[in-house]
Amino acid sequence: MNGPKIRASEVTDEGLFLNRREVLRLGAVATLGAALAGCPGADEADAAAGSAPAGGSAELRKLSGVKPADAAFRVDGPTTDPKDATRYNNFYEFGTDKTDPAENAHTLRTSPWSVRIDGEVDKPGRVPLEDILAAAPLEERIYRFRCVEAWSMVVPWVGIPLAKVLARFGPTSKARYVAFETLVDPEQMPGQRRNVIDWPYREGLRIDEAMHPLAFLAVGMYGRVLPNQNGAPIRLVVPWKYGFKSIKSIVRIHFAATQPRTSWNDLQPSEYGFFANVNPEVDHPRWSQARERPSAASASRRRCPSTATASRSRDSTRASICVGTFDEPQALDEPQALDGPQALDEPQALAGPRPLKDRRR
Amino acid sequence: MRGHRATDRLLRLGAIAVACGPALALAGRYAIEGLGADPIKDWTHTTGRWALRFLLISLAVTPIRRFAGLRGIAPLRRTFGLAAFAYALAHLLIWSVLDLGLEPAALVEDVTERPYVMAGMAAFAILATLAATSTRAAMKRLGARWVSLHRAVYAAALLALLHYFWQIKADLLPAWIHAAILTLLFAARLLWRFRRPASGTA
Repeated sequence: MNGPKIRASEVTDEGLFLNRREVLRLGAVATLGAALAGCPGADEADAAAGSAPAGGSAELRKLSGVKPADAAFRVDGPTTDPKDATRYNNFYEFGTDKTDPAENAHTLRTSPWSVRIDGEVDKPGRVPLEDILAAAPLEERIYRFRCVEAWSMVVPWVGIPLAKVLARFGPTSKARYVAFETLVDPEQMPGQRRNVIDWPYREGLRIDEAMHPLAFLAVGMYGRVLPNQNGAPIRLVVPWKYGFKSIKSIVRIHFAATQPRTSWNDLQPSEYGFFANVNPEVDHPRWSQARERPSAASASRRRCPSTATASRSRDSTRASICVGTFDEPQALDEPQALDGPQALDEPQALAGPRPLKDRRR
Repeated sequence: MRGHRATDRLLRLGAIAVACGPALALAGRYAIEGLGADPIKDWTHTTGRWALRFLLISLAVTPIRRFAGLRGIAPLRRTFGLAAFAYALAHLLIWSVLDLGLEPAALVEDVTERPYVMAGMAAFAILATLAATSTRAAMKRLGARWVSLHRAVYAAALLALLHYFWQIKADLLPAWIHAAILTLLFAARLLWRFRRPASGTA
């Protein structure tokens, strides 16, 4: 079903490839390291460390002056061992095994880096990473990261709220969706030599989801610069959605009037919805989502905690949400009301941008 | 005769050592690197993959014996077949005990609602039957029926492969490699079947 539809010679999207070259040529002198050093309180002693090594986070530059996560933005309890969070990654641009990204991502050049802003927006253009980061001071967010494969991690991210970044470009009234794209360059991303996915990797959010205070752009984790295999230099983190929504190594943000294409939805629409909110009551067509395997020391599954909506589930011991202690993501997660595979795509959520408050249960 | 038996035993011991390899490698990795991010999935997938691989290795014994003229290796079919069963049993136990916590509702749901689990269970049922009838006594008791019963090993291999394909998210290549090997083994058997009457050795 996913056999190669495109010949190997067509792997590289030439336009994007050339764009990448252009980025390198025109790229700002400042590296990510320098950019971060320019942020208030960043570690000035290490401004030259722009090219982040791909190895363990221990080698990566520490980010200082980061505002700690306040109670509304943190999951309680222990965080995942950084060794696990940096060696167990789904980043098919570097290979389809979980261990491939940590081994192969050293070829990614994260500086200079810029992001193309286009679509329904007042101020389109190619924006250097450091300008994007100027939107807000760095802060920490401790989120549970839940994969559609039913494992989860708790990761302390460092970055800035997505809403702050998007607002600066002046989305027009037609901008109902925000689409993101990952870099395409098979030289830097060897996994792109095979058409496992129709590159570039694409993801998207409805504009009100993108403007939600929990939606986050991360440039670091565990207090250090983001390792390449975790999506350096800049990635999305959307804690109330399955991990595949949290796109890595972003080179384009496109404001769109209609729902954009997204990679996993393209690949298997019946299994991966556009909205893909974490919802233990809606099973993946091939496996259960009712339990999850947290990457803690205990080698057993944790059942999702029960909530008021348990009566809707097939089994009263099943839970409504596993996302964590936040209220907001639950509120966004409307589709529990639906049964069957439709619920995967949460069509009623398309009803349009109602105020977030109305969504709270 | 005695020398024959000694080489037989040595061969079988060697095969058992090979069969233990993946389990020892898994244990060694945990001793050195710790549990990792998703140990249950890692153990489940590793034991499942090796169950299928030992099944393929077991099915490769006869073609190798025929084409390379290595008569003495016939007993390895059983050794590797039992290794496949052992890994399949470990796979089943890790899934049912560690992953599902032997929760009856979850087990019933998985077995009745998920086609890939059904395929895997069917493959396991076949392997368990073959393992139970792998003794010399069972061979004698079943007589001619033993051969037809043990042909079910092909069905087990196909079901195991189906079970593997059915849960892949995107990258089918590793599963296709296993499928290609199984196809080759089937082809070798067909070839032998068509060649044998002509060679006049039947």
